[in-house]
Amino acid sequence: MLSKVAERMYWFSRYIERAENTARMVGVYDNLLFDLPRSINISWFNLVVINSSEDVFNARYTVKDEKNVVKLLLADSTNPNSMSSSLLMARENVRTSRDVLPLPLWELINELCMYVSEHIRDGINRTNRHGFLDNVIKGCQQINGLLADNMSKDAAWQFIRLGRNLERADMASRILDAGITAQLSSSDVEQDLDPSQIIWGNVLRSCDGAMNYRRTMRATVEGTRVCQFLLHDKHFPRSITFCADQIAAAVDLLPACEIKELAKLKTLLAGEPGELDESFSDYLNDLQLSFANLHMQFGQCWFALNG
Amino acid sequence: MSIDWTEYSTGNFYDELIAEDCSPREPATRLVNYLGSLSTAEINKRKEMAESTIQEMGVSFTVYTEEGNIDRAWPFDIIPRTISASHWEKTAKGLKQRLKALNMFINDLYHEQEIIKDGVIPAEIVLKSKNFRPECVGVTPPHGVWANICGTDLVRDLDGQFYVLEDNLRVPSGVSYMIENREITKRVLPELFSKDSILPVNNYPAHLFDMLASLSPRDIPQPEIVVLTPGIFNSAYFEHAFLAQQMGAELVEGSDLVVEDDDCVYMKTISGLEQVDVIYRRIDDEFLDPETFREDSMLGVPGLMRAWKAGNVALANAPGAGVADDKVVYAYVPDIIRYYLQEEPLLPNVETFLCSDPEQRQYVLENLDKLVVKPANESGGYGMLVGPHSTKKEQEQFATLISKNPRNYIAQPTLSLSTAPTLCGSTPEPRHLDLRPFILQGKNLFVTTGGLTRVAMKKGSLVVNSSQGGGSKDTWIVEEKR
Repeated sequence: MLSKVAERMYWFSRYIERAENTARMVGVYDNLLFDLPRSINISWFNLVVINSSEDVFNARYTVKDEKNVVKLLLADSTNPNSMSSSLLMARENVRTSRDVLPLPLWELINELCMYVSEHIRDGINRTNRHGFLDNVIKGCQQINGLLADNMSKDAAWQFIRLGRNLERADMASRILDAGITAQLSSSDVEQDLDPSQIIWGNVLRSCDGAMNYRRTMRATVEGTRVCQFLLHDKHFPRSITFCADQIAAAVDLLPACEIKELAKLKTLLAGEPGELDESFSDYLNDLQLSFANLHMQFGQCWFALNG
Repeated sequence: MSIDWTEYSTGNFYDELIAEDCSPREPATRLVNYLGSLSTAEINKRKEMAESTIQEMGVSFTVYTEEGNIDRAWPFDIIPRTISASHWEKTAKGLKQRLKALNMFINDLYHEQEIIKDGVIPAEIVLKSKNFRPECVGVTPPHGVWANICGTDLVRDLDGQFYVLEDNLRVPSGVSYMIENREITKRVLPELFSKDSILPVNNYPAHLFDMLASLSPRDIPQPEIVVLTPGIFNSAYFEHAFLAQQMGAELVEGSDLVVEDDDCVYMKTISGLEQVDVIYRRIDDEFLDPETFREDSMLGVPGLMRAWKAGNVALANAPGAGVADDKVVYAYVPDIIRYYLQEEPLLPNVETFLCSDPEQRQYVLENLDKLVVKPANESGGYGMLVGPHSTKKEQEQFATLISKNPRNYIAQPTLSLSTAPTLCGSTPEPRHLDLRPFILQGKNLFVTTGGLTRVAMKKGSLVVNSSQGGGSKDTWIVEEKR
């Protein structure tokens, strides 16, 4: 397949994944912050930090409130990582690669983009936010479902797999990082309501993993276990290990090319994370660097002829 | 409230669906009666359904404006245009005859030029055409065929007869809309498809694929066929992607291809370079190869002409094929058919005055208010003068243009283009239309079932080009009842 098309497949799936993750995270925060005591230091702005969008935010807004954060994350067309921007970029990649994708995909992504642009106010205002985000997530899942069922598992599919799993792993590491940060800033407060339960429950839900965690770990929600689950679980599709395995499997099925970073990532994931402190943050940082290297090596390996 | 066909006035034109006495023409009987049975509310619902279907299907085309390029939804009228299968069969024969002769003509021009030597067509008409490419002299493309894909514009005059308005032999577009129009109509008027025998149109991509495969220089089971597009900003990008997808071919841009020292064309893939056999190119001659044509072309592939001349890659259409869709050459097509095939043309031309001929030029200059004047080499309806709709000042401008460069202009009488009922609000009104069937020639000849019907959406307007506010309709070739 054409290098250019391969690159578009890769980006298409990253953008769809990004849009879905953003919608889910806003939904989780929306649900969470309704009934949280003031003493617990979780603010909407965390979402901006998780998405590394502080610069974009500061350039556009001054007040770090719910409305501005939600606007930036869902609707802002000047934010390249906003949900709307991600969906439009996904659509653009489909538009220019319709020759390799199932025909109905084009209709699905069109419908989704149309739905979002017509109902974006429902995302920004609270009243209908839940239903709106739910529909966006369903739209993304519908797209992934169509591809899983309908698309030939050829090279194009492997690039979709690469993009989706790399984006997913990267997002999981960011959400874990946000969990650590919140934990560290609230651990010295004495109160009845255990903030750590709320923080780590939130982390799990942001990765759509609360149910799976309980069934797999058979334990209460607790920081070290949650980290272990999201880092190492072999079966949960959003754990970093699972994503790394998917990436390795996809690489194996693509035209021979050495992705040196894969071995490094494997070593990193084999290590046991220690206490939930700054050293853990450093560890997550190493993971994120490894993801960035993978992204670069994919480019050198398969997309380089393009250009 | 529903449609009252007795209120529909066909005026002084041939209407495709409704006869002068307000009764439906044979192939349109079921359609007209069915539409008449729908309430206004139901008609509006179907219209809305068509609009949302078009949006969901993402059927669009790009319009170039000063504010930038706009991706517009495809303007579509839900009332199909009908033609009887027996009439179509005769028309299709005429179209095949025409393309066969045109290809023999082009091949002759780039070789012995017998037709000039025999005095059938003057040398300067051909050799001065800016679409005659000296670079192509001596080349013989596969099967001796230069124009593999042809879009011929037909119009119906008052007498109900089809006339050929022009042949598009360079990069004709519109065929994807022909197919999509049918998809939309199936969703909007599903009831009619179970009752009428309407011939299918969606076999075109398969025929296109077979035709392209028949051009492959390498005799291998799966030749590599690609569609070469100028890119996302081209007005026909939707179509390029559509055809590539329907054929299972790669959609490439110039930057995806490279010509190596062995004069073969390769595409850049995830496993390195792979040889390309057939290129269905949707970019103009001038931009194909910066080594041969325009040096500043960013769209083409350096060395492509070298590879083509060496016979290592097939280009469809072949470079230089455009020499035969020059509007001055058009006037000679009936003679061209007689010369190469020893047959009488089955499809008539529209009467054409050549401004290069002093006598005919004089006539044109004296009758600018009655004629349609066209530049010989433009497409898309640009640079035209429609006499009866023009101002004195525009006529004077054209008189100057013609006197300066007579070879570049032709004129035709203003035709009474046929009309068909087109929804304006929820009431049908007559609007002018044309028809563009697509003809393929490789090893074999093929004609689409019907073609793309384009409608001038403005009352009285004769301009059907989508770039200038035209719309389109589904075209039904209806089998007669037995």
